[in-house]
Amino acid sequence: MDLKPLFSPRSVAVIGVSLGNDRHPANVIFNKNHLRHRVKVFAVNPKGGSLLGETVYKDVGSIPEKVDLAVVAVRADLVPGVIRQCVDAGTAGAAVISGGFAEVGRQDLQEEIVKIARDADFPLIGPNCLGVYAPAYVDTFFLPAERMIRPEQGNVALVSQSGGILVDQMIKFAEEGVGISIAVSIGNKALVRELDLLRHLSEDENTDVIAFYVEGFSKGEGRRFVLEAVKSKKPVIVVKSGKSEAGSRAVSSHTASLAGDYRVFSSVLAQYGVVEAKNELELVSFCEALSCYKTPPLCGRVGIITGSGGHGAMAVDACSDLGIQVPGLSGPLKETVHQSLSESVAQIASVTNPIDLTGSAVDDDFVNTAVALASSDEVDCLLLLLLPYLPGITSDLGARLSSVYQRLQKPVVAYVPRLEKYRMLIEGFELNRVPVAPSIEGAVLMIEALRRCQPC
Amino acid sequence: MLKEKIVGILAEARKTGWVMEPQAKSILREAGLPVPDFTWARDEGEAAEFAREKGFPLAAKVVSPAIVHKSDAGGVAVNIGSEDQLRDVMARFSRMEGFAGAVVEPMAAGMELIVGGKMDHQFGPVVLFGVGGTSVEIYQDTVIRMAPLKESDADSMIRSLKGKKLLLGYRGQPPVALEKLKKLLVDFSRLLMDMEGLVESIDLNPVMCSDTACLVADARIMLPPP
Repeated sequence: MDLKPLFSPRSVAVIGVSLGNDRHPANVIFNKNHLRHRVKVFAVNPKGGSLLGETVYKDVGSIPEKVDLAVVAVRADLVPGVIRQCVDAGTAGAAVISGGFAEVGRQDLQEEIVKIARDADFPLIGPNCLGVYAPAYVDTFFLPAERMIRPEQGNVALVSQSGGILVDQMIKFAEEGVGISIAVSIGNKALVRELDLLRHLSEDENTDVIAFYVEGFSKGEGRRFVLEAVKSKKPVIVVKSGKSEAGSRAVSSHTASLAGDYRVFSSVLAQYGVVEAKNELELVSFCEALSCYKTPPLCGRVGIITGSGGHGAMAVDACSDLGIQVPGLSGPLKETVHQSLSESVAQIASVTNPIDLTGSAVDDDFVNTAVALASSDEVDCLLLLLLPYLPGITSDLGARLSSVYQRLQKPVVAYVPRLEKYRMLIEGFELNRVPVAPSIEGAVLMIEALRRCQPC
Repeated sequence: MLKEKIVGILAEARKTGWVMEPQAKSILREAGLPVPDFTWARDEGEAAEFAREKGFPLAAKVVSPAIVHKSDAGGVAVNIGSEDQLRDVMARFSRMEGFAGAVVEPMAAGMELIVGGKMDHQFGPVVLFGVGGTSVEIYQDTVIRMAPLKESDADSMIRSLKGKKLLLGYRGQPPVALEKLKKLLVDFSRLLMDMEGLVESIDLNPVMCSDTACLVADARIMLPPP
């Protein structure tokens, strides 16, 4: 099953446009692709006619060329016929937006379309989904363009069973400046499932990090998923809903009682180095960190550099909660750091870990300290707590500190309050591939992401 | 591939829905896992005969298809030091529901651990390992990995326990027989892979681990509903 035409289509047929209702989901999809994307888009309705001056084709077979992606938004009982027409017309694949299948008890109708697609080796996404948002190619979400928050084009792929969660995550990604390569809502995942997408995205050159929102796997599917994830060279992140155990099933063995469904899920993911995000904050933090550091070195010992003692103490607490070490520094390393500081700061800075450069620190103090720590073998990565309101700090500091990573290859994570006026400082990091969190907790989670990416 | 004898015992147990201790231990022994040298004594006489051969102290546990949790039912006696005591225990057991004899075996020494297996819907056979005994569900110091286990998985399981110091040596105590424990975990995980579809869950609890040996002191295998 080749998913590529679905995710980077050159042509799209939107099947089920309305000739009278501009707000029909199919019309929204037709309009936004017609007006905003490079992809060639064709409208289909059995009545024919025209829409916004464009021809409406009576069926997919009447379109003068073979179409890569059919977006199907017709009534559920008409979907099997439409899928047959797509197969006959040589369409490469379909996203079925329509609901009215297994989610409302029409398992039979769902099985019918799966059979047609499977027999023809025809990739089908959905039904009951939003489909595909690939920033460079296509957008099958039936949400008007002006209502959507679109993350920048980037290297994180997002796959979600729930369309709503996916759109919410895209908003968070946009807020945090995390770019996406593709977002796919798989709905009832009748044919194309997480495993197929994991395989495809592992090979996709535009994707470096693969993130999933999963409600559950079918029998044995979780095993196949982790075994596939281990083969993928890319970080795989999973956030799961439905963690609480359903009811209190009477279990007669200790093992069955102790190894509940979610505990097994969480343990096995960790065993295979699949990063489990426990909530949305973790998901976005992990995606940002791993999109910068794709093959992270083990980051068990962190060196913290701060402009305020309180920030340092809070970061230590957050590290300690997660079991991340903040080791004391050796005498010689402390001396090296001390020597590198400007004269006035050297007298008042506290050179332990966290290293508190105080509110008098200037750019050079941060950069020199970062270089000293990153050059030592006493820490694995650096956490920088930057307070842009300190008088000695300029907006050049982000880019300067990023170059410490580029030169010395020790991962760096920064905390900077996310305010418009600090944007240049933040972009100095982010555009140079150093992740920035808007909270201390988020920054520590980014360190945790590097750690959780290793099999336990 | 499961040995014919193991398949036979599992088929036999389908009537009751679970495999009682003596048969469960036979399965483990067939699969090469370390179990104590036990006998399934049907009455006082057989128990006494075993005692004369092996000496004391002994443990005795009731065998009954009606008793899944033996300790809760008063069906476990440990540190039996004489033939009189043994006969008393057997007499008491014989009045329990469904009495079908008792497992009699030498007392095993060491720390009480649990090694368990479960057929998980999403992930198939998984292994649970942790601090065992009757309070296993109170402390909940257990870890889970997907089977089959590599030796590095077994090692990581031991080191992931909160109580790992108890196993690795603490306050001058020697560590438990770690290589034997790891082998037990790995071998058990392979048996579990072969039993997919045939069993629902397995408790080896306790597994007694000392600095020289690890022995499965009790075992129970639950079968899937028909």
